[in-house]
Amino acid sequence: MLYREVGQYKTSYRADQALFPILQDRIGIAVILLLAFVGVPLTASSFTIDSILIPVLVLALAATGLNLLTGYTGLLSLGTGGFMGVGAFACYKLTTLFPGVNIIILILCSGFFAAAVGTVFGLPSLRIKGFYLAVATLAAQFFLSWCFIRIPWLYNYNVSASIEVPTKTLFGLAVTGPTSSPVTRYLIVLSIVAFLTLVAANLVRGRIGRTWMAVRDMDLAAELIGIRLYQTKLLAFAVSSFYCGVAGAIMVFLWLGNAESESFNINQSFLILFMVIIGGLGSLLGSFLGAALIWGLPIVLRAAPAFFGVNIRSATAEQISFVIVGALIIFFLIVEPYGLARLWQVGKQKLRMWPFPY
Amino acid sequence: MTHLLYGIFIDPFVQMAAAPDLLVQTLWEGLVSGVLYALIALGFVLIFKASGVFNFAQGIMVVFSALTLVGLNEHGVPAYLALALTIVVMLVLAIAVERVILRPLVNQPDIILFMATFGLTYFLIGLGELIFGGDPKIMISDQLRLPSGSYRIPVFGGYVQMQKIDIAATIIASLMVATLAVLFNRTRIGRALRAVADSHKAALSVGISLEQIWVIVWFAAGIVALATGIMWGARSNVSFALEIIALKALPVLILGGFTSIPGAIIGGIIIGVGEKFGEFYWGPLLGSGIESWLAYVIALVFLLFRPQGLFGERIIERL
Repeated sequence: MLYREVGQYKTSYRADQALFPILQDRIGIAVILLLAFVGVPLTASSFTIDSILIPVLVLALAATGLNLLTGYTGLLSLGTGGFMGVGAFACYKLTTLFPGVNIIILILCSGFFAAAVGTVFGLPSLRIKGFYLAVATLAAQFFLSWCFIRIPWLYNYNVSASIEVPTKTLFGLAVTGPTSSPVTRYLIVLSIVAFLTLVAANLVRGRIGRTWMAVRDMDLAAELIGIRLYQTKLLAFAVSSFYCGVAGAIMVFLWLGNAESESFNINQSFLILFMVIIGGLGSLLGSFLGAALIWGLPIVLRAAPAFFGVNIRSATAEQISFVIVGALIIFFLIVEPYGLARLWQVGKQKLRMWPFPY
Repeated sequence: MTHLLYGIFIDPFVQMAAAPDLLVQTLWEGLVSGVLYALIALGFVLIFKASGVFNFAQGIMVVFSALTLVGLNEHGVPAYLALALTIVVMLVLAIAVERVILRPLVNQPDIILFMATFGLTYFLIGLGELIFGGDPKIMISDQLRLPSGSYRIPVFGGYVQMQKIDIAATIIASLMVATLAVLFNRTRIGRALRAVADSHKAALSVGISLEQIWVIVWFAAGIVALATGIMWGARSNVSFALEIIALKALPVLILGGFTSIPGAIIGGIIIGVGEKFGEFYWGPLLGSGIESWLAYVIALVFLLFRPQGLFGERIIERL
């Protein structure tokens, strides 16, 4: 009864093609944004913000980036961690080269460096496909990881071989570095993620997104109807790496505060790929749901024994959480191979029909 | 610039000519590590050939089987009995994987199955650490009567050091490949396996049981994993770090082609030798550690010319 678009007539193509054509969706999005921008900063503890909300947003942005490539264009990539690292290190170099420039501009600029690197490593994608391509992107991952360790110029010849984020201010407020408050950082991360997600949503429903999906569904057929494969695939690599790069930059500057090459290793790539697949390939909402689930699950599992009053050693708890996460991944894949986003769609359909079963 | 060009194109060859015994030594080491990569790749190929699943868990299966073997021995089980019991464990694992993961996921896209083997990887890492602890263990090579020590063979006025265990590994790997080749080409089961690889539906329609075939291949992959685990474990020790080595098998795999058993061996040797040569002769130029990505670059270069790998089946695309 509540979620029903009956009676919402569209009288122009513009209205029909709007981003949120249904009134309830518009209200829903507005409520979520209001909660995220106003409700959370007023109520959430700094622990919640620092260890749950900011990580989920950052990882969701990276997952969105990978989803554009894997979910929308059908190119499997295992180089996400490397591209995130390029963003982070580029941002770090930019802050040392241009100390006076607004940090947000630098973060967005560092995305372009990642995009350039991503495009270069996307070059083999025309010749090779599927798992072969995935292994080829692993080359990017390992090569970039090696660069982050072996090229001292990238971390300013720091002895610890890691990035230390300098304190940057925006309108007199510290936004990065140890003195910044979690709420400020949260709001900036949220703004960047919300903005980039909006851009992504518009990209995928427009001409570019349609060419991507055509390539995903069948690249030969797409080529026959006049889509230039090479440009489309490289654009997907570029945009995807841009998102990953920005995610890497905000991960270091607005979440962790310092980072070394280990933060961008192969496990990071796999983690992001998990989020995309558990969340739902080819769905922006899925990237967020997947990030929340994969990040939240270990936290819940770690908190669970204490909650039930069971006392186990932390190492054992860690191992058990590995077993459970593994089992749950298999379980989710069996129950819903199309991801959490599909569950949401099914739920929406049910809401539309409610109270009737069909 | 000239210095760099000299370093790339001339100096390594001068070194090779100047010390031929070192060249042979490097070649041998490359060959051995290549054979060991090939063993891991073999496990991947077996499963990919018969079920189309890209089994990411092969690496952890190597660790898990080796840990089971060593762990059982630590609890007082005699070495050969432990070996037999480990084989039983791998069989149970194969049956469990087929029942719990493959059967419900039949006919799903490849990437979903790939992800499921990821879940399996996490599960086995957790389980392995839970049962056997996370510390590195020493492989029971003495109890298994694996040879130790080394031969020194005079070559070109110098000496080449050959570990006996490496020679044993090479022999075992060759035997294994030969057995698998016979199994695939000469037996009833092998024919069924090839039929399943060609088409699940067609195989089902002529009365081949998919479930049975899958258990067989996963079991065979488990045995290969155990052999790999023993060999790698005897060279270093048994720890979860071995899992990383499994990633090294991926370039071997794409180089040889996902579906070819000889491809896995030849790919492994190319990667192993290329890697050792690159590290030894060209490594100092770039700073050490290029081993971590050189294999991928070698594979990538090959792929640009042959997108299906050296021996992979030709990819024919139709609309």
